Amino acid sequence: MKARVFVTLKNGVLDPQGKAIGHALNGLGFSAVGDVRQGKVIDLELSERDEATARASLKEMCEKLLANTVIEKYEIELKA
Amino acid sequence: MKSAVIVFPASNCDRDAAVALKQMTGNAPHMVWHQDKELPDVDLVVLPGGFSYGDYLRSGAMASQSAVMRAVKAHAERGGAVLGICNGFQVLTESHLLPGALMRNAELKFVCRPVTMTVEETQNVFTRKYSNGQSVTFPVAHGDGNFFADEETLDRLEGDGRVVFRYAPGQNPNGSARNIAGILSEKRNVLGLMPHPERVVDPLLGGIDGRALFESLIETLS
Repeated sequence: MKARVFVTLKNGVLDPQGKAIGHALNGLGFSAVGDVRQGKVIDLELSERDEATARASLKEMCEKLLANTVIEKYEIELKA
Repeated sequence: MKSAVIVFPASNCDRDAAVALKQMTGNAPHMVWHQDKELPDVDLVVLPGGFSYGDYLRSGAMASQSAVMRAVKAHAERGGAVLGICNGFQVLTESHLLPGALMRNAELKFVCRPVTMTVEETQNVFTRKYSNGQSVTFPVAHGDGNFFADEETLDRLEGDGRVVFRYAPGQNPNGSARNIAGILSEKRNVLGLMPHPERVVDPLLGGIDGRALFESLIETLS
């Protein structure tokens, strides 16, 4: 089973990198670009076959290491 | 006072810390490798500056999972003193020994220069030899020093007198919330700060404002 974890800053946490990307895009002429938030994508391969177990285990991975829940939130996507 | 300096792969201020401790205490500290599961019998553990594990994932994140950190946590739980400087502060927040997080500097630039701070608290083992409100100048050298915590946590830190060092007005180098440069744990035996006191203990290095921090520890822990 493959999993993709998205880690992004929580709403309300300032994202200076996202802001800089937004400015750069505006500078390139993409004037429609407003607020930009950036984050990380982590792809994992799991030997687990049961989806519920995999999801529970991924949640634990996010809480313990992959995300810093003081400032970040995460989303888990599973692919068979 | 017996001390240990933890050495992670890519720590780079471990020797600065060792030189300062040797100079101030007269004894060389134990240098403890990140894979060691036990600490020697010491009064103070120093988590030094640097880029442990290449700052992979987040600054301090991988180091917080290392074998030695379990021993450091146990030392802190027993009431032992822990000093985290720069990357060491990041390791302490990632290990949940201190609240909050250290994010990318607000200007997105690595900042390397002396900064002036005020000592806001002296009722602890780290700063008792300073006077309340004293102005001190330590160097900073970091890219991820922007202290963040939710408002409730910030209020609690302030209310409990756990903000020990605060950047002087106009001196905040990284966008830290409420100009916070260094904080204490609830039990006041763990201190994390971004500026480097170990780099200002010898006049040859341009200042001695860091000496009182080591003198405070020596006075209390010896």
